[in-house]
Amino acid sequence: MVLTEKIEEVIEWLGEKMTALTHILAKIKLQVTDNEHTSSHIEAKPYSNPYYVGFGLGLVLLAAFVIMGRGLGASGAVSSVVTFGVNAIAPEYAQSNDYFSTYIGDGSVSPLKDWLVFEVLGVIFGGFLSGMLAGRVKGGVEKGPRVKTRTRFIFAFIGGTLMGFGAKLARGCTSGQALTGGALLGLGSWAFMLAVFAGGYALAYFMRRQWT
Amino acid sequence: MNAPFYKFDLFGFDVSLIIAFVIGIGFGFALERGGFGSARILAAQFYFTNMRVLKVMFTAIVTAMLGVFYLSFIGYLDLSLVYISDTYIIPQVVGGLILGMGFIIGGYCPGTSFVAFSTGKKDAVFFILGVTFGVFIFAELYPFIEVFYYSTNMGRVTLPDFFGLSYGMVVFLVVLMALGAFAAAEWGERVMAKKGESK
Repeated sequence: MVLTEKIEEVIEWLGEKMTALTHILAKIKLQVTDNEHTSSHIEAKPYSNPYYVGFGLGLVLLAAFVIMGRGLGASGAVSSVVTFGVNAIAPEYAQSNDYFSTYIGDGSVSPLKDWLVFEVLGVIFGGFLSGMLAGRVKGGVEKGPRVKTRTRFIFAFIGGTLMGFGAKLARGCTSGQALTGGALLGLGSWAFMLAVFAGGYALAYFMRRQWT
Repeated sequence: MNAPFYKFDLFGFDVSLIIAFVIGIGFGFALERGGFGSARILAAQFYFTNMRVLKVMFTAIVTAMLGVFYLSFIGYLDLSLVYISDTYIIPQVVGGLILGMGFIIGGYCPGTSFVAFSTGKKDAVFFILGVTFGVFIFAELYPFIEVFYYSTNMGRVTLPDFFGLSYGMVVFLVVLMALGAFAAAEWGERVMAKKGESK
Protein backbone atom coordinates (compact mmCIF):
# COMPACT_ATOMS: atom_id res chain seq x y z
CA MET A 1 0.00 0.00 0.00
CA VAL A 2 1.32 3.38 -1.02
CA LEU A 3 -0.55 5.15 1.74
CA THR A 4 0.92 2.93 4.44
CA GLU A 5 4.43 3.64 3.15
CA LYS A 6 3.72 7.34 3.16
CA ILE A 7 2.48 7.15 6.74
CA GLU A 8 5.57 5.26 7.77
CA GLU A 9 7.68 7.98 6.18
CA VAL A 10 5.79 10.58 8.16
CA ILE A 11 6.23 8.59 11.37
CA GLU A 12 9.95 8.37 10.71
CA TRP A 13 10.05 12.08 9.98
CA LEU A 14 8.24 12.82 13.24
CA GLY A 15 10.75 10.67 15.08
CA GLU A 16 13.64 12.66 13.61
CA LYS A 17 11.95 15.93 14.53
CA MET A 18 11.48 14.80 18.10
CA THR A 19 15.16 13.97 18.37
CA ALA A 20 16.05 17.34 16.90
CA LEU A 21 13.68 18.96 19.37
CA THR A 22 15.39 17.42 22.36
CA HIS A 23 18.72 18.72 21.05
CA ILE A 24 17.29 22.22 20.77
CA LEU A 25 15.85 21.83 24.23
CA ALA A 26 19.22 20.82 25.62
CA LYS A 27 20.88 23.85 24.00
CA ILE A 28 18.29 26.21 25.41
CA LYS A 29 18.80 24.76 28.85
CA LEU A 30 22.52 25.40 28.55
CA GLN A 31 21.86 28.99 27.46
CA VAL A 32 19.57 29.54 30.39
CA THR A 33 22.20 28.32 32.82
CA ASP A 34 24.68 30.70 31.20
CA ASN A 35 22.23 33.54 31.56
CA GLU A 36 21.78 32.79 35.22
CA HIS A 37 25.44 33.59 35.76
CA THR A 38 25.20 36.95 34.04
CA SER A 39 21.77 37.43 35.64
CA SER A 40 20.13 38.59 32.40
CA HIS A 41 16.88 36.69 32.40
CA ILE A 42 14.42 36.65 29.53
CA GLU A 43 11.15 37.82 31.00
CA ALA A 44 8.55 35.03 30.99
CA LYS A 45 5.03 36.07 30.08
CA PRO A 46 2.35 35.42 32.71
CA TYR A 47 0.06 32.43 32.21
CA SER A 48 -3.19 32.95 30.30
CA ASN A 49 -6.66 33.48 31.74
CA PRO A 50 -7.71 30.07 33.11
CA TYR A 51 -11.26 30.31 31.76
CA TYR A 52 -10.02 30.99 28.20
CA VAL A 53 -7.55 28.14 28.52
CA GLY A 54 -10.31 25.84 29.77
CA PHE A 55 -12.50 26.81 26.85
CA GLY A 56 -9.69 26.04 24.41
CA LEU A 57 -8.94 22.75 26.12
CA GLY A 58 -12.65 21.89 25.98
CA LEU A 59 -12.68 22.51 22.23
CA VAL A 60 -9.65 20.23 21.77
CA LEU A 61 -11.45 17.53 23.74
CA LEU A 62 -14.63 18.07 21.73
CA ALA A 63 -12.63 17.75 18.52
CA ALA A 64 -11.31 14.40 19.74
CA PHE A 65 -14.85 13.20 20.41
CA VAL A 66 -16.16 14.34 17.02
CA ILE A 67 -13.20 13.22 14.91
CA MET A 68 -12.13 10.07 16.76
CA GLY A 69 -15.02 9.03 18.98
CA ARG A 70 -12.68 8.99 21.96
CA GLY A 71 -11.17 11.48 24.38
CA LEU A 72 -7.70 12.45 25.52
CA GLY A 73 -5.26 10.44 27.61
CA ALA A 74 -1.73 10.24 28.91
CA SER A 75 -1.08 7.27 31.20
CA GLY A 76 -2.06 4.78 28.47
CA ALA A 77 0.92 5.96 26.44
CA VAL A 78 3.24 5.10 29.33
CA SER A 79 1.74 1.59 29.44
CA SER A 80 2.53 1.16 25.75
CA VAL A 81 6.10 2.35 26.23
CA VAL A 82 6.63 0.10 29.26
CA THR A 83 5.19 -2.86 27.34
CA PHE A 84 7.46 -2.07 24.42
CA GLY A 85 10.48 -1.90 26.71
CA VAL A 86 9.74 -5.13 28.57
CA ASN A 87 8.91 -6.90 25.33
CA ALA A 88 12.21 -5.78 23.81
CA ILE A 89 14.27 -6.94 26.79
CA ALA A 90 12.39 -10.12 27.77
CA PRO A 91 9.83 -11.04 25.10
CA GLU A 92 8.93 -14.42 26.59
CA TYR A 93 8.30 -12.91 29.96
CA ALA A 94 6.23 -10.05 28.52
CA GLN A 95 4.01 -12.48 26.66
CA SER A 96 3.50 -14.61 29.75
CA ASN A 97 2.40 -11.61 31.82
CA ASP A 98 -1.37 -11.19 31.55
CA TYR A 99 -1.17 -7.41 31.62
CA PHE A 100 1.59 -6.89 29.06
CA SER A 101 0.20 -9.54 26.72
CA THR A 102 -3.04 -7.55 26.21
CA TYR A 103 -0.94 -4.60 25.05
CA ILE A 104 1.18 -6.77 22.76
CA GLY A 105 -1.83 -8.46 21.15
CA ASP A 106 -0.87 -10.88 18.39
CA GLY A 107 2.45 -9.10 17.99
CA SER A 108 1.83 -7.91 14.44
CA VAL A 109 1.70 -4.25 15.45
CA SER A 110 4.28 -2.57 17.67
CA PRO A 111 2.88 -1.40 21.04
CA LEU A 112 4.28 2.02 20.12
CA LYS A 113 2.00 2.28 17.10
CA ASP A 114 -0.74 3.45 19.38
CA TRP A 115 -3.11 6.43 19.35
CA LEU A 116 -2.11 7.67 22.79
CA VAL A 117 1.62 7.38 22.10
CA PHE A 118 1.24 9.74 19.14
CA GLU A 119 -1.05 12.01 21.11
CA VAL A 120 1.52 12.31 23.90
CA LEU A 121 4.25 13.11 21.37
CA GLY A 122 1.95 15.93 20.30
CA VAL A 123 1.51 17.03 23.92
CA ILE A 124 5.26 17.29 24.35
CA PHE A 125 5.58 19.27 21.13
CA GLY A 126 2.57 21.49 21.89
CA GLY A 127 3.76 22.25 25.40
CA PHE A 128 7.20 23.13 24.10
CA LEU A 129 5.72 25.37 21.40
CA SER A 130 3.56 27.26 23.88
CA GLY A 131 6.45 27.59 26.32
CA MET A 132 8.79 28.89 23.61
CA LEU A 133 6.31 31.51 22.45
CA ALA A 134 5.90 32.78 25.99
CA GLY A 135 9.57 32.60 27.01
CA ARG A 136 8.82 29.93 29.58
CA VAL A 137 11.19 27.16 28.46
CA LYS A 138 13.64 27.85 31.23
CA GLY A 139 14.46 24.57 32.89
CA GLY A 140 14.87 24.52 36.63
CA VAL A 141 13.19 22.53 39.38
CA GLU A 142 9.65 23.09 40.60
CA LYS A 143 9.61 23.20 44.40
CA GLY A 144 9.04 25.42 47.40
CA PRO A 145 11.98 27.31 48.96
CA ARG A 146 12.19 25.00 51.99
CA VAL A 147 13.20 21.72 50.34
CA LYS A 148 16.44 20.59 48.74
CA THR A 149 16.49 19.70 45.07
CA ARG A 150 17.41 16.12 45.84
CA THR A 151 14.44 15.75 48.19
CA ARG A 152 12.21 17.14 45.46
CA PHE A 153 13.53 14.60 42.95
CA ILE A 154 12.87 11.72 45.36
CA PHE A 155 9.33 12.92 46.03
CA ALA A 156 8.72 13.40 42.30
CA PHE A 157 9.72 9.78 41.72
CA ILE A 158 7.59 8.44 44.60
CA GLY A 159 4.59 10.54 43.53
CA GLY A 160 5.02 9.40 39.95
CA THR A 161 5.11 5.77 41.04
CA LEU A 162 1.86 6.17 42.98
CA MET A 163 0.39 8.02 40.02
CA GLY A 164 1.32 5.29 37.55
CA PHE A 165 -0.07 2.56 39.77
CA GLY A 166 -3.25 4.49 40.62
CA ALA A 167 -3.89 5.38 37.00
CA LYS A 168 -3.68 1.73 35.97
CA LEU A 169 -6.03 0.68 38.75
CA ALA A 170 -8.54 3.41 37.89
CA ARG A 171 -8.26 2.72 34.14
CA GLY A 172 -7.03 6.21 33.37
CA CYS A 173 -5.54 9.37 34.81
CA THR A 174 -6.60 12.98 35.06
CA SER A 175 -6.83 13.22 31.26
CA GLY A 176 -8.46 9.92 30.41
CA GLN A 177 -10.86 9.67 33.35
CA ALA A 178 -11.44 13.08 34.95
CA LEU A 179 -11.39 15.25 31.84
CA THR A 180 -12.69 12.86 29.18
CA GLY A 181 -15.06 10.80 31.32
CA GLY A 182 -16.11 13.95 33.15
CA ALA A 183 -17.31 15.61 29.94
CA LEU A 184 -19.13 12.40 28.93
CA LEU A 185 -20.73 12.21 32.39
CA GLY A 186 -19.39 8.73 33.15
CA LEU A 187 -20.25 7.65 36.69
CA GLY A 188 -16.87 6.03 37.41
CA SER A 189 -15.04 9.07 36.07
CA TRP A 190 -16.85 11.47 38.40
CA ALA A 191 -16.31 9.20 41.39
CA PHE A 192 -12.65 9.01 40.35
CA MET A 193 -12.37 12.80 40.07
CA LEU A 194 -13.76 13.34 43.57
CA ALA A 195 -11.38 10.68 44.91
CA VAL A 196 -8.38 12.43 43.30
CA PHE A 197 -9.23 15.72 44.99
CA ALA A 198 -9.91 13.89 48.28
CA GLY A 199 -6.54 12.10 48.13
CA GLY A 200 -4.72 15.33 47.28
CA TYR A 201 -6.33 17.41 50.00
CA ALA A 202 -5.89 14.62 52.56
CA LEU A 203 -2.11 14.66 52.14
CA ALA A 204 -1.66 18.37 51.37
CA TYR A 205 -0.99 19.32 54.98
CA PHE A 206 1.84 16.78 55.32
CA MET A 207 3.40 17.85 52.04
CA ARG A 208 3.35 21.59 52.73
CA ARG A 209 7.10 21.83 53.27
CA GLN A 210 7.68 20.78 49.70
CA TRP A 211 5.51 23.47 48.15
CA THR A 212 5.18 26.46 50.45
CA MET B 1 -25.30 11.21 11.82
CA ASN B 2 -21.84 12.03 10.52
CA ALA B 3 -19.68 11.86 13.58
CA PRO B 4 -17.48 10.43 15.06
CA PHE B 5 -15.71 10.51 11.69
CA TYR B 6 -13.35 7.67 12.54
CA LYS B 7 -16.23 5.33 13.40
CA PHE B 8 -17.82 6.13 10.03
CA ASP B 9 -14.60 5.08 8.29
CA LEU B 10 -13.74 8.49 6.92
CA PHE B 11 -10.08 7.59 7.40
CA GLY B 12 -8.02 4.62 8.58
CA PHE B 13 -5.86 3.77 11.57
CA ASP B 14 -2.65 5.25 10.16
CA VAL B 15 -4.27 8.61 9.50
CA SER B 16 -5.72 8.52 13.00
CA LEU B 17 -2.16 8.54 14.37
CA ILE B 18 -1.44 11.82 12.61
CA ILE B 19 -4.67 13.22 13.99
CA ALA B 20 -3.56 12.02 17.43
CA PHE B 21 -0.36 14.04 17.08
CA VAL B 22 -2.23 17.19 16.01
CA ILE B 23 -4.82 16.87 18.79
CA GLY B 24 -1.96 16.26 21.22
CA ILE B 25 -0.34 19.54 20.15
CA GLY B 26 -3.56 21.37 21.03
CA PHE B 27 -3.75 19.52 24.33
CA GLY B 28 -0.14 20.27 25.29
CA PHE B 29 -0.41 23.88 24.16
CA ALA B 30 -3.49 24.44 26.32
CA LEU B 31 -1.92 22.77 29.36
CA GLU B 32 1.18 24.94 29.10
CA ARG B 33 -0.87 28.13 28.63
CA GLY B 34 -2.80 27.22 31.75
CA GLY B 35 0.36 27.00 33.81
CA PHE B 36 0.13 23.23 34.18
CA GLY B 37 3.78 22.78 33.30
CA SER B 38 4.54 24.13 36.77
CA ALA B 39 4.23 21.76 39.74
CA ARG B 40 4.01 24.71 42.13
CA ILE B 41 0.91 26.01 40.38
CA LEU B 42 -0.63 22.55 40.30
CA ALA B 43 0.13 21.98 43.99
CA ALA B 44 -1.23 25.44 44.90
CA GLN B 45 -4.67 24.05 44.10
CA PHE B 46 -4.41 21.95 47.26
CA TYR B 47 -3.51 24.97 49.43
CA PHE B 48 -6.31 27.16 48.01
CA THR B 49 -3.79 29.82 46.96
CA ASN B 50 -4.23 29.33 43.21
CA MET B 51 -7.32 27.57 41.88
CA ARG B 52 -6.30 27.43 38.21
CA VAL B 53 -6.51 23.64 38.11
CA LEU B 54 -10.16 23.68 39.10
CA LYS B 55 -11.00 26.61 36.82
CA VAL B 56 -9.32 25.19 33.72
CA MET B 57 -10.58 21.65 34.30
CA PHE B 58 -14.19 22.54 34.94
CA THR B 59 -14.32 25.06 32.09
CA ALA B 60 -12.94 22.38 29.76
CA ILE B 61 -15.38 19.74 31.02
CA VAL B 62 -18.35 22.11 30.68
CA THR B 63 -17.29 23.24 27.19
CA ALA B 64 -16.84 19.71 25.86
CA MET B 65 -19.96 18.48 27.65
CA LEU B 66 -22.13 21.22 26.15
CA GLY B 67 -20.63 20.58 22.71
CA VAL B 68 -21.29 16.85 22.91
CA PHE B 69 -24.80 17.45 24.23
CA TYR B 70 -25.63 19.91 21.45
CA LEU B 71 -24.10 17.86 18.64
CA SER B 72 -25.87 14.70 19.73
CA PHE B 73 -29.12 16.63 20.22
CA ILE B 74 -29.13 17.89 16.61
CA GLY B 75 -28.27 14.38 15.46
CA TYR B 76 -24.76 15.13 14.19
CA LEU B 77 -22.81 13.07 16.73
CA ASP B 78 -23.76 9.49 17.54
CA LEU B 79 -23.00 9.36 21.26
CA SER B 80 -23.30 5.57 21.38
CA LEU B 81 -20.16 5.41 19.20
CA VAL B 82 -18.13 7.63 21.54
CA TYR B 83 -16.03 5.53 23.89
CA ILE B 84 -17.04 5.85 27.54
CA SER B 85 -15.06 3.57 29.82
CA ASP B 86 -17.06 1.11 31.91
CA THR B 87 -17.48 1.89 35.58
CA TYR B 88 -15.68 -0.34 38.08
CA ILE B 89 -16.59 1.80 41.03
CA ILE B 90 -14.39 0.53 43.89
CA PRO B 91 -11.11 0.11 41.96
CA GLN B 92 -11.70 3.52 40.38
CA VAL B 93 -12.22 5.26 43.71
CA VAL B 94 -9.19 3.51 45.25
CA GLY B 95 -7.14 4.31 42.14
CA GLY B 96 -8.31 7.93 42.37
CA LEU B 97 -7.23 8.22 46.01
CA ILE B 98 -3.78 6.78 45.23
CA LEU B 99 -3.49 9.07 42.24
CA GLY B 100 -4.52 12.12 44.29
CA MET B 101 -1.82 11.32 46.84
CA GLY B 102 0.67 10.86 44.04
CA PHE B 103 -0.38 14.25 42.72
CA ILE B 104 0.45 16.20 45.89
CA ILE B 105 3.63 14.20 46.53
CA GLY B 106 4.90 14.24 42.95
CA GLY B 107 3.48 17.57 41.84
CA TYR B 108 2.21 16.48 38.43
CA CYS B 109 -0.16 14.10 36.73
CA PRO B 110 1.02 12.12 33.68
CA GLY B 111 -0.22 14.65 31.07
CA THR B 112 1.14 17.71 32.83
CA SER B 113 4.49 16.02 33.54
CA PHE B 114 5.09 15.74 29.78
CA VAL B 115 4.45 19.48 29.40
CA ALA B 116 6.75 20.22 32.33
CA PHE B 117 9.38 18.00 30.71
CA SER B 118 9.07 19.79 27.38
CA THR B 119 9.59 23.15 29.09
CA GLY B 120 12.73 21.84 30.72
CA LYS B 121 11.65 21.07 34.31
CA LYS B 122 14.11 18.57 35.77
CA ASP B 123 11.78 17.24 38.45
CA ALA B 124 9.36 16.19 35.69
CA VAL B 125 11.96 13.69 34.43
CA PHE B 126 11.99 11.96 37.81
CA PHE B 127 8.22 12.04 37.90
CA ILE B 128 7.91 10.43 34.45
CA LEU B 129 10.40 7.74 35.50
CA GLY B 130 8.21 7.18 38.55
CA VAL B 131 5.07 6.80 36.44
CA THR B 132 6.89 4.29 34.26
CA PHE B 133 7.98 2.38 37.34
CA GLY B 134 4.44 2.49 38.79
CA VAL B 135 2.98 1.01 35.61
CA PHE B 136 5.63 -1.70 35.70
CA ILE B 137 4.79 -2.51 39.35
CA PHE B 138 1.11 -2.70 38.44
CA ALA B 139 1.81 -5.17 35.65
CA GLU B 140 3.99 -7.23 38.02
CA LEU B 141 1.28 -7.35 40.68
CA TYR B 142 -1.51 -7.82 38.14
CA PRO B 143 -2.06 -11.56 38.87
CA PHE B 144 -2.72 -10.71 42.53
CA ILE B 145 -5.01 -7.73 41.95
CA GLU B 146 -6.82 -8.96 38.86
CA VAL B 147 -9.91 -9.99 40.84
CA PHE B 148 -10.09 -6.59 42.54
CA TYR B 149 -9.39 -4.81 39.24
CA TYR B 150 -12.48 -6.38 37.67
CA SER B 151 -14.69 -6.10 40.76
CA THR B 152 -17.83 -3.94 41.08
CA ASN B 153 -18.36 -3.74 37.33
CA MET B 154 -21.37 -1.56 36.58
CA GLY B 155 -20.95 -1.45 32.81
CA ARG B 156 -21.27 1.68 30.67
CA VAL B 157 -23.16 3.77 33.20
CA THR B 158 -23.47 7.56 33.15
CA LEU B 159 -24.69 10.08 35.72
CA PRO B 160 -28.10 10.40 33.97
CA ASP B 161 -28.49 6.59 34.11
CA PHE B 162 -27.44 6.40 37.71
CA PHE B 163 -29.59 9.21 39.08
CA GLY B 164 -32.53 8.52 36.76
CA LEU B 165 -32.43 12.07 35.40
CA SER B 166 -32.57 13.22 31.80
CA TYR B 167 -29.30 13.94 29.98
CA GLY B 168 -30.23 17.63 29.64
CA MET B 169 -31.00 17.92 33.34
CA VAL B 170 -27.61 16.54 34.38
CA VAL B 171 -25.87 18.86 31.91
CA PHE B 172 -27.73 21.79 33.45
CA LEU B 173 -26.82 20.72 37.00
CA VAL B 174 -23.14 20.28 36.10
CA VAL B 175 -23.10 23.80 34.61
CA LEU B 176 -24.67 25.16 37.81
CA MET B 177 -22.16 23.28 39.94
CA ALA B 178 -19.26 24.57 37.84
CA LEU B 179 -20.46 28.18 38.15
CA GLY B 180 -20.75 27.70 41.91
CA ALA B 181 -17.24 26.22 42.02
CA PHE B 182 -15.84 29.18 40.02
CA ALA B 183 -17.44 31.68 42.41
CA ALA B 184 -16.08 29.76 45.41
CA ALA B 185 -12.62 29.57 43.81
CA GLU B 186 -12.47 33.33 43.14
CA TRP B 187 -13.61 34.02 46.69
CA GLY B 188 -11.14 31.50 48.16
CA GLU B 189 -8.22 33.05 46.27
CA ARG B 190 -9.10 36.53 47.55
CA VAL B 191 -9.30 35.27 51.14
CA MET B 192 -5.96 33.47 50.85
CA ALA B 193 -4.34 36.54 49.26
CA LYS B 194 -5.45 38.68 52.21
CA LYS B 195 -4.19 36.07 54.63
CA GLY B 196 -0.85 36.10 52.82
CA GLU B 197 -0.59 39.91 53.12
CA SER B 198 -1.32 39.97 56.82
CA LYS B 199 1.47 37.49 57.55
